[in-house]
Amino acid sequence: MSTSATTATLTATAAIGLDEAAAFIWAEGELLDRLAYKDWLPLWAGGHYVIPIDRDASDPVDALNIAYDDATMREARVKRLLSGFSMSSAPPARTVRSASRFVVEDSAPGALTVRCAQILVEYKYGRTRTLAADVTYRLVRTDAGLRMAGKSILLLNSDEDLFGIGYLL
Amino acid sequence: MTDPANTLVREDRVHTSLYTDPALFDAEMDRIFKNSWVWVAHASELPGPNTFKTAHVGLEPVIVTRDKAGEVHVLLNRCRHRAASVCEKKKGKASVFVCPYHGWSYAPDGALRMVPHAKGYPADFDKDEFPLLSLRTESYNGMIYATFRDDIMPLEEWLGPARKWIDLFMKQGAGFGVKALGEHKFRFPGNWKIQLENTTDAYHFPIVHKTFLDSLDEETEDVFDVLGQGGWVEDLGNGHSVMVMIPDLIDLEDNLDAPIPERFAALADELRAEGHDEALVRKVVRAVGGTGFNLNMFPNIACSMAFFRVLRPVKVDETEIQHIAIGMDGGPAPANRMRLRLHEHFQGPMGFGTPDDAEGWERVQRGAQAGQDVWIMVNRGVAAPDGVAEPGHNAGDVSSETGMRAAYRMWKRMMEA
Repeated sequence: MSTSATTATLTATAAIGLDEAAAFIWAEGELLDRLAYKDWLPLWAGGHYVIPIDRDASDPVDALNIAYDDATMREARVKRLLSGFSMSSAPPARTVRSASRFVVEDSAPGALTVRCAQILVEYKYGRTRTLAADVTYRLVRTDAGLRMAGKSILLLNSDEDLFGIGYLL
Repeated sequence: MTDPANTLVREDRVHTSLYTDPALFDAEMDRIFKNSWVWVAHASELPGPNTFKTAHVGLEPVIVTRDKAGEVHVLLNRCRHRAASVCEKKKGKASVFVCPYHGWSYAPDGALRMVPHAKGYPADFDKDEFPLLSLRTESYNGMIYATFRDDIMPLEEWLGPARKWIDLFMKQGAGFGVKALGEHKFRFPGNWKIQLENTTDAYHFPIVHKTFLDSLDEETEDVFDVLGQGGWVEDLGNGHSVMVMIPDLIDLEDNLDAPIPERFAALADELRAEGHDEALVRKVVRAVGGTGFNLNMFPNIACSMAFFRVLRPVKVDETEIQHIAIGMDGGPAPANRMRLRLHEHFQGPMGFGTPDDAEGWERVQRGAQAGQDVWIMVNRGVAAPDGVAEPGHNAGDVSSETGMRAAYRMWKRMMEA
């Protein structure tokens, strides 16, 4: 179990434990539910924010995705969502999300790939809707703490009809 | 229904019940979607013998197949025995469709091949009487349509002057041919005609899509100044219309010597580094961003700048939309990658454009609950710039509602018939 006191003394190559990863993912989810997107952007260290459509695509770069954002597109997306000029995001649906059923996919010094189940419920116009997904995080340790080097959100119904989503998954 | 068209559609306005009345919706499914050419597929979605995709003609699920000989069929997705759907996949390869319930099997042309335990039927049971029901199918330049009617005009006549714009649209294949690359699919709680209108509505663009425009570099933002470039909307007959927003991008085989836009400079360098000659580089770069017009075809398909927009009415207040991304069939990988990224930027459930459109359409449906006797106004428009539209065609300026009036004129014609 890492505490904030011990985390500060770790070197950048120390292994990332599942409990530490889960704490990061819960904190990230809370930021997104609160629309604290400006605090979310610095949690990235390169990589892509991907919401695929095709469940079997070998590389999302050559497939059509719901989102395929590098750092520039993430910044542009956050600017758009917070601008007040996007009618689907001003205001967006309210969201509550939880993450659980964590599975380590790959572990290396200073890096961890972890997959989890995310259940998100949104509310707008008197209507609640659920979006369930397998979310895969590529986490890396930096001097400033854990950072995302990739996040892929595979919606349960990624290849079926969705609806306009005015917030970040 | 007593003559709904005359009382509900006028030249400059349509009645709110066109969005809200379930009985009118049922009549539309019958009188419009069973009596017109309905788009079902692009040829590239059936990439070889024994391939298929599933689709709908109006409310009815169909399988679009290409048989061993390459011929395309549109078949009702319903076993002739006790009605189970015979295919629930979106697309794939199949040389036979087997009903999962009692095992009746059908060829890609619909013929009934095998009936398990056939001796339980009388000796005169004739398999030829029970093929999957087949719709009349025709295609134009890769666009595949089906109709329930054997006696309506041929597809080419139905499309009329829209054919010229289909041909121009397909030039974004840059000589390789157009290929479907994937699709975004979403629903909104609103009537299908709200979406039909939107494809010929430049008026909303700078307002609804301000955040998309703000995400572009300055040069590209100027390209997307859709109201400021002398564009127009032209009535093409039979409910079809074209809205030209960027006149420079009507013909992608013109102006190949123009300077390469800054946003495509890196792509041009990548193509040169792959060894493509300068002529091909320019052709691909000119085509990669798509065309400058929306061709809106009644009742369910649009060739919209760089993608196909397919609408499917579900209920009076529910509509499904597909945005099919397209690229160059066998074209350079970096160019197709760029097309995918451009499509994702605007389209789909989390694009920088679509969610705001969808929210807007939902707001129309919500607003239409108020004032049931108030009219929807489609009277906007001043004259088109001189000399742009085909002589004899009704046309208005780019932000005119000429295309909506064209569609509602066709609606009225079909609902009265």
